Amino acid sequence: MGRYVIRRLLQVIPVLLGATFLIFALQFALPGDPIRALGGDRGLSPTVYATLVERYNLSDPLHVQYGKYLLNLLRGDFGESFRGRDVSRIMADAFPVTLRLTAVAFTAEAVIGILAGVLAGLRRGSFLDNLVLVSTTAVIAIPVFVLGLVAQLVIGVELGWLPVAGIRDGWVSYLLPGIVLGALSLAYVARLTRTSLAENLRADYVRTATAKGLPRRRVVGRHALRNSLIPVVTFLGFDIGTLMAGAIITEGIFNIPGVGGQLFLAIRQQEGFVVVGIATALVLVYVLANLLVDLLYAVLDPRIRYD
Amino acid sequence: MTEDFTAQTTGPPEQAAGAAEGESASLWADAWRELRRSPFFVVPALLILVLTVMAIWPQLFTNADPRDCDLARSVLRPSREHWFGFDLQGCDYYARVIYGARTSITVGLLVTTGTVIIAVTFGSIAGYYGGVIDTILARITDIVFGIPLILGAIVMLTVLPRRGVGELALVLMVFSWPPMLRIMRSQVLSVRSADYVQAARALGAGDLRILRRHILPNAIAPVITYATVFFGVIIVTEAALSFLGVGLQLPAISWGLMISVAQVRILRVPHLLAFPGLFLSVTVFAFMMLGDALRDALDPRLR
Repeated sequence: MGRYVIRRLLQVIPVLLGATFLIFALQFALPGDPIRALGGDRGLSPTVYATLVERYNLSDPLHVQYGKYLLNLLRGDFGESFRGRDVSRIMADAFPVTLRLTAVAFTAEAVIGILAGVLAGLRRGSFLDNLVLVSTTAVIAIPVFVLGLVAQLVIGVELGWLPVAGIRDGWVSYLLPGIVLGALSLAYVARLTRTSLAENLRADYVRTATAKGLPRRRVVGRHALRNSLIPVVTFLGFDIGTLMAGAIITEGIFNIPGVGGQLFLAIRQQEGFVVVGIATALVLVYVLANLLVDLLYAVLDPRIRYD
Repeated sequence: MTEDFTAQTTGPPEQAAGAAEGESASLWADAWRELRRSPFFVVPALLILVLTVMAIWPQLFTNADPRDCDLARSVLRPSREHWFGFDLQGCDYYARVIYGARTSITVGLLVTTGTVIIAVTFGSIAGYYGGVIDTILARITDIVFGIPLILGAIVMLTVLPRRGVGELALVLMVFSWPPMLRIMRSQVLSVRSADYVQAARALGAGDLRILRRHILPNAIAPVITYATVFFGVIIVTEAALSFLGVGLQLPAISWGLMISVAQVRILRVPHLLAFPGLFLSVTVFAFMMLGDALRDALDPRLR
């Protein structure tokens, strides 16, 4: 196990380097001059232009630019935008908002998803089971941005239960966008829990537990559910990264000033370093979440043994 | 990602079930006999058939020209002659929604075909030969897998000078192949050392022949299942990107673009959201259901 952990940790390094280089190259290798764009119609004086190009290392070959960027990154410095703001400040403003959104989505997904899945899995073929099946199918089919707009229209405007957009109302304003963001995964979690629980309830060890005279509550809670939740927990772990990336869409619909908004702003303003910074952070979360899942899997399921 | 997990745990399927009952009961024949009678296969398959016809011959469904617009008719409500009403520019909305199927199906088809070709070719090579090639391919796969599809697509699309169907399909392909390649690789790995493969090699068959005739037919089923669901995912992603303003651009006709226009007027004319939203959801639903049905039929363990 220890060697496996170390090997997986080492494997993360080339992945991060490769992924960030890919995004870096997309931003800086292609035509387009962000410094010239800064000057607008009037243009910058040649000296100012030359100074700025020098300052942001834009005259270097791509791999040198990336190397310099990486060296700064290792010191925790994300560089500064062409407009002179620290990229880390921009990210420090945007990421807490997205994290809050993701936290709401994750909580909804885990709590409602597992609850619905357990209720459906315990009584297969019941009304509740069918309700869960039909509603999750609908949620899986409806694209998240359509779902978001409909939720906004119905729950926000018609019924007036929750704030429609923005984050002025504190935590409450994250509820609707959070649930919309988590809806797709919620459906998957519910289905996964249902299938997994229903399968395990037929397993020999559950029959043994029942035969020993354990109350049903204990059989389900201690024996069946624990095993059934292994695939669910790994799915949830994996989903953290997906949710953060998916937040880009949800934030657009609900007008939430998180990383998605900053990413689009930076793209429009040709702020390459901001784009690369945000993307790097998102990739980092995504890759680490995947790593966590792999390790968690080994811990939770003793049948899986790594060399 | 659920597919990813299930596919890896599916293990070595086929041989036992197929061999025992002779040639007439191959995996595919069994699956087809079961699928034909299942409503969970027939309904989505019919839906996809209709959508395909809609994509190829939209004229069969509507006489109106989706680009014949008149501002005087802007956002008129649905009526008997014009079932879906008119959009902001005064174009017949029913015609536009029908023509939108072509974009979705084209993007889905291009990306799925391309990804399947990449995954099958390189997945087979990695799984069959192993060694250095496998390691190199695995590292490249890891790197691309580390970039979330929507993030990679946004970053790459925004630096492209032109964003048509072809460019969009290419970008989606660039960032979406890793899971499918991993499925293919693990499948090939699991049948590579089967007896019939060794028998074929003993008879002097070359690598290419072994891969094509013996390994591929026994390894491809999970890839096909995944590709069906993947088709739906790609259609959603195209619509989402167009909705965000980084996908297709006007005057292209795309459900995502229509929904993005509808968003601005959602309070006054909700039908602009309803129709493309409904068509998009039904299309995705069809591919997801078909994928589920195929998985159930092609996995002998679930029979």
